[in-house]
Amino acid sequence: MGAICFKRESLLTTGMTITEKILARASGKQKVSPDDVIFAKVDTVMMHDVSGPGVIKVFSEWEKKGLKMDHIWNPDRVWVTEDHFVPAADRVSADNIIALSNFTKKFGIKKHFKYGLGQYGICHTLSHEEAMVLPGEVYVGGDSHTNTTGAMGAFAAGLGHTDVAYVLMNGQIWFKVPETMLFKIEGSKPDYVMAKDIILQIIGDIGTDGANYKSMQFSGSVVKNLEMEERLTLTNMTTEAGAKNGIIDPDETTYAYLRERTDAKYSPVTGDPDAEYSEIFNYEIEKIEPTVAKPFSPGNITVARELQGTELDKAYIGSCTGAKLEDLREAAKILKGKRVKIRTEVLPAAQSIYMKALREGLITIFMEAGAVVGPPTCGACCGAHMGVLGKGEICVSTTNRNFPGRMGHVESQTYLASPLVVAASALTGKITDPRDVKTN
Amino acid sequence: MRGKVHKYDRDNIDTDVIIPGPYLKIHDHKELAKHAMEGIDPKFPEKVSQGDFVVAGSNFGCGSSREHAPIALSQTGIKAILAPSFARIFYRNAVDGGYLLPIEVDEATFKNISDKDELEIDLGKNRITNISKNNTYSIKPFPELIAKIVEAGGLVHFRPDSA
Repeated sequence: MGAICFKRESLLTTGMTITEKILARASGKQKVSPDDVIFAKVDTVMMHDVSGPGVIKVFSEWEKKGLKMDHIWNPDRVWVTEDHFVPAADRVSADNIIALSNFTKKFGIKKHFKYGLGQYGICHTLSHEEAMVLPGEVYVGGDSHTNTTGAMGAFAAGLGHTDVAYVLMNGQIWFKVPETMLFKIEGSKPDYVMAKDIILQIIGDIGTDGANYKSMQFSGSVVKNLEMEERLTLTNMTTEAGAKNGIIDPDETTYAYLRERTDAKYSPVTGDPDAEYSEIFNYEIEKIEPTVAKPFSPGNITVARELQGTELDKAYIGSCTGAKLEDLREAAKILKGKRVKIRTEVLPAAQSIYMKALREGLITIFMEAGAVVGPPTCGACCGAHMGVLGKGEICVSTTNRNFPGRMGHVESQTYLASPLVVAASALTGKITDPRDVKTN
Repeated sequence: MRGKVHKYDRDNIDTDVIIPGPYLKIHDHKELAKHAMEGIDPKFPEKVSQGDFVVAGSNFGCGSSREHAPIALSQTGIKAILAPSFARIFYRNAVDGGYLLPIEVDEATFKNISDKDELEIDLGKNRITNISKNNTYSIKPFPELIAKIVEAGGLVHFRPDSA
């Protein structure tokens, strides 16, 4: 374990963390503290082709209960994407997309990213790629990995269908203000270590309920130097530790990333120097190695070299966690000029990322290596369709969960790892540390 | 509330086993009930009678935000889940949707309750009576806001200013 943990003596502090500051502002209060229950005004709300039809169902139930459901709070603050079951896996999925389209049309929601109609992709990827969420905002979505977008310096949390329906009607929702756990990651990042290795190490250390109901905030020199997309990997998997939200103070990296994508104005906040953290964890990045979470828990970690020789059937490079442009670039470094030994699938997380990868020659590298490159979709990450695992199959994957049956048959197995580890393993057909593969 | 216990003696029962991914496209509540707990106990829906309880280990309902999970369980007839702790989205989905009650019990209570025990839950007194074992346990009261939402039957008629 690379963690040193201590409780901060906190009696004299008065400052707020970034999460507390955003929630205070959104609830019209000067100050909030952990355990306060507040109603927060929401800036942006998202739903997709699984939560959307769920919300539509809630709308029809509420209408039966006598509520007037003929308009929503603010159609311009709502956005929608099609990601879980596209391309339509079957007739039910196709019907869900139709229902979603009818809903957005009826309520005047213009920001609906449609499959096969220009930009579309996984919700948590579009949220940053399209700058749908800005620093200082309260962002909620009908998906547990909504936490991802907290890397932009926003309060971002996942909700269910009823809560999203409530936000659509009222523009606000209740939260218990979470305590904040601070993860400081310092040092000089070794080659072949990615954000995925850091967050797997942290989940391994604190456990899959280690941050239950809490906020996980990341800081330190390593985080400061990480690209935006790598930061998003850290916050994405805070969900796997049970966290309410993951967050990073916005800085020049955040602002530069946004300048390339939007001219929208925003009012960022950062945590006070004397903010109070429930716990502070210090990590030395030099002690972190390429890491793998074994079946059947994201917290069941070990280093890749410990698993050397573990036979695999498939390598999967996909999802909001592991198919951003930076992920594809890293995987391509390993696969360039080589041939994969096992079934390998690459599914860029959004249409725009697919196109950037195409222009950079990454798609050619993947296909020449023998991999299939598929359209953006959540697909097999959640066992929905497009390459699910059969009985007894073993997969190494850049995704974020490996519960029993997560990617297919309940007797299949998934090992979670960085794109570098997955690519290296694709070449050998066994779990492989990328440091043990010669690159061309 | 009175009913029989279906006990699953393990922690981290996740939403993928409560209602596996392929069923996420289904939004018919009765259809979802046929697949409740399929990843852990495919016979679950047949075993449950109206008013029964699930007793399970810590961090119940971790994983995805799918509201299908509390819906599927409640549609089989389950009225409450008793566990030492719950994952946050499952907890708020269960309460805000008014589907079933997530009731926090301590480890000793969790250990003492057996599969098929008959329980009576009195929320007013924050007390569980184990009729089969002739035993009583206390339960952690709901926080104030949660109690109000439970009383209102979910968020449907709940206004932000009534918090």
